[in-house]
Amino acid sequence: MTAQTLTPPAEATTQTRDRTVKLPDGKAAWLFLAPFGIFYVLFLIGPTLYMFVVSFFNTSIVQPGLGGFAGIANYAEMLTRADFWSAMWHTLQFTLYTVPPLVILAFVFAVLANRVQRGQWFFRLAFFVPFVLPSACISLIWVFLFTPATGLWPQFQSLLGFTQTAVLADPTWAMVGIAVATIWWTIGFNFVLYLAGLQDIPRELYEAAAVDGASPWHQIRYLTIPLLRRTTTLVILLQIIASLKIFDQVYLMTNGGPGISTQVALGLITGTAFTDYRVGAASAASVLLFIVIVVIAVIRQLFDRAEERKA
Amino acid sequence: MTTSPSGPRGWSRRSFLSGALAAGGLGAAGALSGCGSPLAAGIAGTPLNPGTVTFWNLFGGGDGARLQTMLDQYMAEHGGSSSLQAATFAWGNPYYTKVSLATLGDKPPDVAVAHLTRSQNLATAGLLQPITDDMLSLVGLSSTDFTPSVWENQQVDGTSYAIPLDTHPLVLFYNKQVCEQAGLLDGDGKLTPIAGIEQWEAALTAAKEVTGEYAVSYSNVADFATPWRVFQTFYQQHAGATPFLGDGGTELTVDEDAAMDTLAYIRRMSDQGWLPSAADYAGAQTLMFTGQSAFYLEGEWEITTAQAIEDLDFGMVTVPQLFDKPAVQADSHTFVLPAMERTPEQMELAMGFIKSMLDQSLTWAEGGHIPSYLPTLDSPEYAALTPQSDYASSADIAVYDAQAWYSGSGSTFENTVGAQIGLVQQQLATPEQAMAQIRSQLSVYLDTPSPL
Repeated sequence: MTAQTLTPPAEATTQTRDRTVKLPDGKAAWLFLAPFGIFYVLFLIGPTLYMFVVSFFNTSIVQPGLGGFAGIANYAEMLTRADFWSAMWHTLQFTLYTVPPLVILAFVFAVLANRVQRGQWFFRLAFFVPFVLPSACISLIWVFLFTPATGLWPQFQSLLGFTQTAVLADPTWAMVGIAVATIWWTIGFNFVLYLAGLQDIPRELYEAAAVDGASPWHQIRYLTIPLLRRTTTLVILLQIIASLKIFDQVYLMTNGGPGISTQVALGLITGTAFTDYRVGAASAASVLLFIVIVVIAVIRQLFDRAEERKA
Repeated sequence: MTTSPSGPRGWSRRSFLSGALAAGGLGAAGALSGCGSPLAAGIAGTPLNPGTVTFWNLFGGGDGARLQTMLDQYMAEHGGSSSLQAATFAWGNPYYTKVSLATLGDKPPDVAVAHLTRSQNLATAGLLQPITDDMLSLVGLSSTDFTPSVWENQQVDGTSYAIPLDTHPLVLFYNKQVCEQAGLLDGDGKLTPIAGIEQWEAALTAAKEVTGEYAVSYSNVADFATPWRVFQTFYQQHAGATPFLGDGGTELTVDEDAAMDTLAYIRRMSDQGWLPSAADYAGAQTLMFTGQSAFYLEGEWEITTAQAIEDLDFGMVTVPQLFDKPAVQADSHTFVLPAMERTPEQMELAMGFIKSMLDQSLTWAEGGHIPSYLPTLDSPEYAALTPQSDYASSADIAVYDAQAWYSGSGSTFENTVGAQIGLVQQQLATPEQAMAQIRSQLSVYLDTPSPL
């Protein structure tokens, strides 16, 4: 952004263009892309195509080959299964619980941390450290905190004179517990994105605003938020997709329980594929989840474009 | 908006981070150099440590503690801790998923534990090595060393795939103090045998008068296996009872009349206040342990928990026959050999480990399980164990869950059906509603071709 190129003379432009289409350079580019490209094709594009294909077959992981052709039976099964819809809803529920706090809190903390004059590194580190931990660690930490009767949270509740809640064992609170753990865990990433965005805003703007008598709140409202629009768009999109992919924390903290009250789409898919051995049916569910994620991402994109046009 | 860089004094962020990185790098380098041989073994696909038996199991709680004693014994006899690498995983579906995937990925353990009802599915899926007479004779075993009914049950199409360790039936625990006050004990301080609904209900009525609360308890909240075990026990006691599922799980072959009668009886016990309408696993135990209920229905492994309760005088008997014939729901723990290439030495090592475990069947039996290894089952030491010997006959009337790719201990089938049975006890569903729900929820599985 900062290294703005000056418009070169017309002749020079054509020359550069000529050079870029020359083969040797193209080859070199492919060579540099290859290490990533090979893995991308092998472990992402390939399996995705395989997923689309096997979703139409009765494929089993313990049987060789694709198995019998199933047509759309796998899709019909998933669309009529109550536990599939409940898992889809729980996925959406988790997304609704986590996206707003993860975006808003990350913004607030980034603004606050950015105002700290001394020892800012400490705050940056403090917010980012949980993100470095593996999901297994954060799950253990929070299961420990939520332990009925003896955990820190129930102890804290009784200290304040409330009745204790067995957060992870209660169908109405289990998802909230998982959401809280996730917010603590992943807020660092959005925090860093916002902090980078904040440091890109020229200080002169704030100085000018201060000279004009804008209060700190007005500076945030009319300078920071609009200038961080692009960051916010990115953060929200990444966050929605990340939340829809929820799996680890649920598997480790409740394993979909109590009952199936926190079972999410990826949990159901994993169970179908690896416990029931039914890769075909699981692939159909994966394709359906894939469609939902694409639709949400597209809606979000259209909404943003409309907003930008208005602005 | 300044990004005040920390000064040169003390720990700056950068020096701290680079220090941490360097330390991490050193650690990684150390780990890598130490892992030279495992890395090579992994790439070449050779066993990590040829003399070591790897063993996977799903035993927690009291079972886990007893298993550890047996494993310690094996290690003491076979050259210390390097002779065995044992790992315990989460019970139920997660365990079987791991065993399946490890076997498909060609990195299974040498020996694994499996419930008999689950080993059949693993075998059908081609994940287990058949067990031949030659293999048994390697360590001086033969098929006649095991309880015949259990041995037959583990076979799939006449081929053996599992070496049974035990039978673990549902049993009736009773609180001796309560039963004595209710006049239910005989001269030796043991429960007077109960047979038929009339005697059973008379006992429940007498017990309820003593406790003032309940007469019998078992868990039905956040636990779907226990309601299924109780239902299956009483259902199979009906003359017309058929297996719940037929034809490998493609047909619902349950006898409607017997099932409805059983559900109605569970509802009756709950309606009469003999049975609590809702209790979780620990809660149901506590009722009997604390004398708020006289009887408790659960697998015999809970003996370890009951023995740990101070001042609790309890006994265990075979579940009484209430209907037309004796029957109890049961399963068996077995040893299986996941499918993989084995050298003769590896095979001998694996079989030697299984033999060592079988030889220690008495230790295992102290945890409540009925040994299926006849030399132990028929031994005077086992006969002297109480209350184990009071329910040893359960093994003869054991009924295993119906065979289906989604059935077995801790399976989707038990979870689905057990949840509905639990609702009947909670008075949240009538037997008709529960049966209709079972039908509709199982239909997905009934209509799905077996992936095995």
